[in-house]
Amino acid sequence: MQPFTTVTGLAAPLMWANVDTDMIIPVQRLVGSTRDGLGPYGFERFRGRPDFPLDQPPFAGAPILLAGENFGCGSSREGAVWTLMGMGLRCVIAPSFGDIFHANCFQNGLLPVRLPLGMIRRIAEAMEASPGNARVTLDLGRQEVVTPWGEALPFAIDARKKQALLEGLDDIALTRQREAEILAWQARDSAARPWAWDSVAG
Amino acid sequence: MLDRGALPRKTGRVDDDRMTRTLFAKLWDPHVVADLGEGWSLLHIDRVLLHDLSGARALAEVAAAGHALARPDLVFATPDHAISTAPGRTGETFPGGAAPLAGLRQRARETGIRLFDLGQPGQGIVHVMAPELAIVLPGTTLVCGDSHTCTNGGVGALAFGIGASELSHVLATQTLMQRRPRAMRIRFEGTLPPGVTAKDMILHAIGRFGTAGGTGFAVEYAGAAVRALPLEARLTLCNLSIELGAKMGLIAPDETTYAYLAGRRFAPRGAAWDAALADWRRLPSDPDAAFDADHWIEAGDIAPQVTWGTSPEQVLPITGRIPAPASAADRAALDYMGLEAGRPIEGTKVDWVFIGSCTNSRLSDLRDAAAMLRGRRVAPHVTAWVVPGSETVKREAEAEGLDRAFLAAGFAWREPGCSLCVAANGETVPPGARSVSTSNRNFVGRQGTGARTHLASPAMAAAAALAGAITDPRRA
Ligand code: SF4
Repeated sequence: MQPFTTVTGLAAPLMWANVDTDMIIPVQRLVGSTRDGLGPYGFERFRGRPDFPLDQPPFAGAPILLAGENFGCGSSREGAVWTLMGMGLRCVIAPSFGDIFHANCFQNGLLPVRLPLGMIRRIAEAMEASPGNARVTLDLGRQEVVTPWGEALPFAIDARKKQALLEGLDDIALTRQREAEILAWQARDSAARPWAWDSVAG
Repeated sequence: MLDRGALPRKTGRVDDDRMTRTLFAKLWDPHVVADLGEGWSLLHIDRVLLHDLSGARALAEVAAAGHALARPDLVFATPDHAISTAPGRTGETFPGGAAPLAGLRQRARETGIRLFDLGQPGQGIVHVMAPELAIVLPGTTLVCGDSHTCTNGGVGALAFGIGASELSHVLATQTLMQRRPRAMRIRFEGTLPPGVTAKDMILHAIGRFGTAGGTGFAVEYAGAAVRALPLEARLTLCNLSIELGAKMGLIAPDETTYAYLAGRRFAPRGAAWDAALADWRRLPSDPDAAFDADHWIEAGDIAPQVTWGTSPEQVLPITGRIPAPASAADRAALDYMGLEAGRPIEGTKVDWVFIGSCTNSRLSDLRDAAAMLRGRRVAPHVTAWVVPGSETVKREAEAEGLDRAFLAAGFAWREPGCSLCVAANGETVPPGARSVSTSNRNFVGRQGTGARTHLASPAMAAAAALAGAITDPRRA
């Protein structure tokens, strides 16, 4: 996973509610795909629409996305995160996220930040008022979003996930250190609940 | 013994109290391998499902990272998303799906996981296949790289969708790092009116609570109207939990569950069955268990539901009128759907009908739809498809003559798979066409670029096919 510490740059406003992962990347692009190369297909159904900001200067390639409620709802496809990162994004700021999308972000080093909708709207207005000049900074270590007008807004983040992002930890390697515990659990459970194991045994 | 009371309690939550635990807590707590702090647990995963869209890639990534599969005997795979459902199909009929399927076959051979391949009993939509084969059992944990894994909670399991990286983690370790969700209960009390189904119950709930109403929760569906549902209808109810924002939906197991599971391919037998039953009977939420959120819906108030917009929460009773837009999103939805606010939804002309998907493609769904036909014909301008959820559903339906009933009425009778639910296999509803679909997502472009999807029950879908328009199935 790509570590995350701080990011400073343009924040592109896409203030629609309920942006689902089908909108971010249509499933047809995922058939036989790998993790790389999805960026060009991001939001392809919306490209060229006047109300779609992400392919227009100055916001194309912005590292931060400002979003509406329930961002990333719907399908579990992690390809949605790979796509956003392939578009150059490192952080999404939204009032709320779909649960599975939120978990997928942390697996890849895309930082999901929750802020109140009113504050995100203010940042969006500041971005649009000064196109190409206004900047937003994300500081994960300090847990702060610095707005274009210089205000440092604190955000909450799970301490475990924060550390994993800062260090770019590999969850599988961490868990494999607990192999003895897992095997012990399995031995206990297969003695306590043989029906859960024997019915599918080879 | 499922209840490992000797283990230290992992969190200080109310519902962890031994005497007053929820079904959710009784599923979660015994599966905690290690407490990771701050509400995080390392959770044991008892069953893993793989499908063709991501299965081969997941197995390849695990191998490339140098890991062996932790427990190949607990992993079950079947192609569903990217395979053609045309009669007589092979793995190559949809060219885009050929490589993922070939990869899945090869990796299954190499790793020893079970693969239910095309034409074999067991092949089908993962969430139809898992309960059908009793791969998922009450009291077990199950994951799949697919958000509708919540369907499987209908048997009383903790089942949820995960992303690709989490899937690799499970395959390599048989565990998952998860933060404990909060427990919600939605009680449907009273009796469902005739002609109202589990699909209508859950669409009604989504309309009321919204697509983020269940975010962060595991949702238990309870109450007299839920206990009265057959098992397949409970799977339908749990299927749309993710459309409520909840990763997990669950229903306490009972005699209906046990009768459904008994004798199925991977169900315990003999003394093991008796031991399992003894464990399962302890699973239901204790009468005084506390929920973090608790809702009540009067089942008798629910009418057949149909969506009008591009989010499942944009839903209304069949007797309703298309609402005036309350937001820019509503206006965009009306525009995409080509609908006019203020008009009755009933009577809206329909071009396509799709009966299928992990929501509504089981034998009981096909029977509900077939019961509407009674010698009638699909309206001439309508293209109507039935895509059974699994090879077994297909064979059982054919044994009852349902295929002939559908064909005689003018429906296409196809091979099992996801098909028009997600349009990942080259099968699409044409741009601008209006479709009534028994699936679970009416998102922009979900059934094909520009396709306009109305979610509804199998009975309403069949009624729409016959009338050529959205119709109240109670009158059709
Ligand atoms: S039928 Fe639809 S919702 Fe169900 S698994 Fe297939 S694509 Fe997903």
